[in-house]
Amino acid sequence: VENVRLLDRLSSRKAALGTLYLTATHVIFVENVSETRKETWVLHSQISSIEKQATTATGCPLLIRCKNFQVIQLVIPQERDCHDVYISLIRLARPVKYEELYCFSFNPKLDKEEREKGWKLVDLNEEYNRMGIPNNYWQISDVNRDYGVCDSYPTELYVPKSATAHIIVGSSKFRSRRRFPALSYYCKDNNASICRSSQPLSGFSARCLEDEQMLQAIRKANPGSDFIYVVDTRPKLNAMANRAAGKGYENEDNYSNIKFQFIGIENIHVMRNSLQKMLEVCELKSPSMSDFLWGLENSGWLKHIKAIMDAGIFIAKAVAEEGVSVLVHCSDGWDRTAQVCSVASLLLDPYYRTMKGFMVLIEKDWVSFGHKFNHRYGNLDGDPKEISPVIDQFIECVWQLMEQFPCAFEFNERFLIHIQHHIYSCQFGNFLCNSQKERRELKIQERTYSLWAHLWKNRADYLNPLYRSDRGQTQGTLRPQMAPCNFLYKFWSGMYNRFEKGLHPRQSVTDYLMAVKEETQQLEEELELLGERLANLQKSQLNDNKVKSKQQDRSKQLGLSTSNNSLANTPQEYSNDLKSFPSRSPSQGDEEDSALILTQDNLKSSDPDLSANSDQESGVEDLSCRSPSGGGCLPSEDSGKDSDEAVFLAV
Amino acid sequence: MEFAELIKTPRADNVVLHRPFYLAVEGTLCLTGHHLIFSSRRQDNAEELWLLHSNIDSIEKRFVGSLGTIIIKCKDLRIIQLDIPGMEECLNIASSIEALSTLDSVTLMYPFFYRPMFDTVEDGWRSFLPDQEFELLSSVTDEWRLSCINKEFSVCSSYPPVVIVPKSIDDEALRKVAIFRHGSRFPVLSYYHKKNGMVMMRSSQPLTGTNGRRCKEDEKLINATLRPGKRGYIIDTRSLNVAQQARAKGGGFEQEAHYPQWRRIHKCIERFNILQESLIKLVEACNDQSHNMDRWLSKLEASNWLTHIKEILTAACLAAQCIDREGASVLVHGTEGTDSTLQVTSLAQIILDPSCRTIRGFESLVVREWLQAGHPFQQRCAQSAYSNSKQKWEAPVFLLFLDCVWQILRQFPCSFEFNEQFLIMLFEHAYASQFGTFLGNNENERSKLKLSQKTMSLWSWVNRSEELSKFQNPLFEANSLVIWPSVAPQSLQLWEGVFLRWNRPSKFLDEAHEEMNNIIKYNKELQAKVNALRRQLAEMETDDKMQENL
Repeated sequence: VENVRLLDRLSSRKAALGTLYLTATHVIFVENVSETRKETWVLHSQISSIEKQATTATGCPLLIRCKNFQVIQLVIPQERDCHDVYISLIRLARPVKYEELYCFSFNPKLDKEEREKGWKLVDLNEEYNRMGIPNNYWQISDVNRDYGVCDSYPTELYVPKSATAHIIVGSSKFRSRRRFPALSYYCKDNNASICRSSQPLSGFSARCLEDEQMLQAIRKANPGSDFIYVVDTRPKLNAMANRAAGKGYENEDNYSNIKFQFIGIENIHVMRNSLQKMLEVCELKSPSMSDFLWGLENSGWLKHIKAIMDAGIFIAKAVAEEGVSVLVHCSDGWDRTAQVCSVASLLLDPYYRTMKGFMVLIEKDWVSFGHKFNHRYGNLDGDPKEISPVIDQFIECVWQLMEQFPCAFEFNERFLIHIQHHIYSCQFGNFLCNSQKERRELKIQERTYSLWAHLWKNRADYLNPLYRSDRGQTQGTLRPQMAPCNFLYKFWSGMYNRFEKGLHPRQSVTDYLMAVKEETQQLEEELELLGERLANLQKSQLNDNKVKSKQQDRSKQLGLSTSNNSLANTPQEYSNDLKSFPSRSPSQGDEEDSALILTQDNLKSSDPDLSANSDQESGVEDLSCRSPSGGGCLPSEDSGKDSDEAVFLAV
Repeated sequence: MEFAELIKTPRADNVVLHRPFYLAVEGTLCLTGHHLIFSSRRQDNAEELWLLHSNIDSIEKRFVGSLGTIIIKCKDLRIIQLDIPGMEECLNIASSIEALSTLDSVTLMYPFFYRPMFDTVEDGWRSFLPDQEFELLSSVTDEWRLSCINKEFSVCSSYPPVVIVPKSIDDEALRKVAIFRHGSRFPVLSYYHKKNGMVMMRSSQPLTGTNGRRCKEDEKLINATLRPGKRGYIIDTRSLNVAQQARAKGGGFEQEAHYPQWRRIHKCIERFNILQESLIKLVEACNDQSHNMDRWLSKLEASNWLTHIKEILTAACLAAQCIDREGASVLVHGTEGTDSTLQVTSLAQIILDPSCRTIRGFESLVVREWLQAGHPFQQRCAQSAYSNSKQKWEAPVFLLFLDCVWQILRQFPCSFEFNEQFLIMLFEHAYASQFGTFLGNNENERSKLKLSQKTMSLWSWVNRSEELSKFQNPLFEANSLVIWPSVAPQSLQLWEGVFLRWNRPSKFLDEAHEEMNNIIKYNKELQAKVNALRRQLAEMETDDKMQENL
């Protein structure tokens, strides 16, 4: 469709004219401006909703909201075209078969061997070995070999040595969806562990001997402690309501030596609504400070984030400080339980704060334990009530921790944002389906590629320059402030206003420091080289050997001089009064500002990986991440962009 | 008056000091004329706490049996608690502190007694003289002149002796304009934008009153700053409503009919007690230690602090936009022209002028646009967030300005030569200091107090390399461009460095800063080494060649 206008959300006066293309996998908008031909790519799987608004004089507006929090406003001149686009997108955004998803057609030009290697990057058996398992207390169980006991669990599970197959099967019959207690994390320093399960089918009075034996076995696997905590991550009211349906929670009288604890994290429906409310606040056009803060508070989002963190902190404390094992569950044990176990693991073990470790953590607590990615993130058309930002909340918890502990994580914010993006993109097979069983049936590993390999390949982009593996913060347990530090939880504009580049800091400390570090490395290399040459020269002079050195070219300055930053951007609308001023149009510099919309230029889109990737953001970042000016702000007339890039690419 | 009269109990032993995030320590408390000194002589970790009496905002006392407790709330927002055994000692100490922290005579303040322990390299009182500023200006334009009309502070008591005005306006005309402006603050040059020759002026409101008085000289003066055929903007920092109400009290605003080449824009920046209330509410919210503080965001919202930040920044950005993007000259004023006006003119300069983002440039800006421009520091900073007095003239105007600078610094972390610590230091010294810089309400009062002879300037201390190193931003790379901050609510944050400074553990953030410094320091060392080696190599190679040629 031609002559479509792409509106800028921050400023209604700025719009780009261009052509809209629909392909089998993407929506593509190409600007008409001849020299730039800016492109905006959106994967169909990222589309969360499409809204056709009332036709106006200028055309028919179409609003596309994406799962990665991009909002695209198009105005299509002809009503009929708009309707066609709308109908097509509705169909394209809601595939019904896995085979329609992008990962089955995505080809990053890797051969079979590389693909297999990619999938082997994260190996959970290796991870349990790293924890020190199997050992005297814990062993691998093949009871779920053919998913015979629990179809949402993986085939390989770690259980206490004293838990026989009989106990496991018995316990599984007493648990929702037969998700019996299994090991999530083991602390080899003090034998304390984190186990996870679903709720017991206790109703008002039911008991199960095997389940009681199972919990007993978990306690015995930690000889240093005479009780275990059972943490129910639901609000007490919800858990009690479940009893009426024959489910519920553990009765302390029936289980010997347990301490039972509720930690009120709300359910997926509350979280979905909360996010919805927060996104409405983010979408407000020029909100006042009060609108924003009030809306943010009212959404309850940060309160929910804090609840998840508090649960994680409680468990980490129990394990690290008290040396007590913990069994965590919610209702089904695949949403809140996954959040809480992974937050606790992250706090406890510095390994999970490395890039590789974080991949392992998601693979362990989310992918293998049957977090229902397909349902939660709406990859296939399904029940909208199943959709909820469960892993988004976990990712935000990690970001909040990164803010409080800036040196503790090997990776940076961009890493988190890209993982979030790909959970929805369906470009890689990692997060397809709802369980390991389904993924195996679909032969995901043979037919798609692994995100982890892709991220690992580009790991230089995701490093936190402040991370030092030998520093205090990175070692051992992180102890965040428990209470009363609500003010430590902040709105994450880098995620939820990710595509409004104008709202973010215009210079990125991370990128700046990365550039400095890169340069430092080059300097180290050159220093060595110069040292060698000096030694040689001295030797040759000593020998009175007059061999000419023809290495003058080396004396050329490295790209070290202070860069000519291109930091200008155009002002926002600070006053509406300016509009009516007769002398000049106040919106000069439109063309410069349009960079605020994520785009990918021709050069980048011809790169197979990137274009297929459709991760427009990385396109922009690739161009500018080496410069301290950060992405998103284009140079104004009085800056030299070329020099800016040259400085960091020279060597 | 002798301070000794006020100190009934100069010393108390076995006092216990409580601070957030520190273990309680026992030690000795001493009171001197200007300081409260607490020293613990325990084993290895002997530590001392020196607190200026003038830093104390309010104190509370409590008794449990014979154990007295004094809670001291400081202007830098810190709260400490002292447990003092003995009812009488405690009462004596409390009343001494109260008396010493509320001395009403400026000449009794610590700066008049302070003897510096460092060598002065440069006299800060002479670091930023108007003549030097004017010299810089006259190298780029000859349309302005330095007027000594206010030499004896005879025309305007809150202006400095010399001001910069359009060359075409003589002193006689200035006198007439002064009569037409509130507090005689006639329009003067605030900033000259070299890029396009546009200017920013500031003044107070015109005294048009209800019957619309006009002043030909005033019109002539501000028109003199316009290029032929160009228009200008008047930014009134009050809402139209407030400006209209001001007419009833003899004030007012420029009528379009009399200033046809100017377009007036009203912005609403709050003043006085509204700001002070806002600060009090904000600090209250930040200090709330109750465990279920789930209304944090509503409390933050209710304080309106960030709303003020947004309003001030927006007005400053607007002024900068008019100058840089519209190519128009700007006149900024509110009512007196000593508060919101200065916030707008100084922030606009930070946005427009890269030199204001250096340490010296920023100091110069504070001197020009705040001290010399007559911001009444002594009145505004008499009390801070724990004030009970609620005087109309107390207001955190300067703190709001610093907060706005911090917001811009956060958005452009590589464009400032100074760091957050520098801004925090200025906040502290504006409220309580051993230096005379922020004493008095204007240059007139400062000259009467003979501050430059009797006290030390803050700049003499800050501008020594030992101190400067603490305030330098390792990420700084000179950025010659205009920097446009975002004023969207998502982009503005609570200034934790000031408001949560005493309520959050800073260890991990400090570590991060240290690491940042290390990364950059190491890089610089390597650069130096590489350059040295290159030079050495180059020399040897030339030697080589010379030998060859011989």
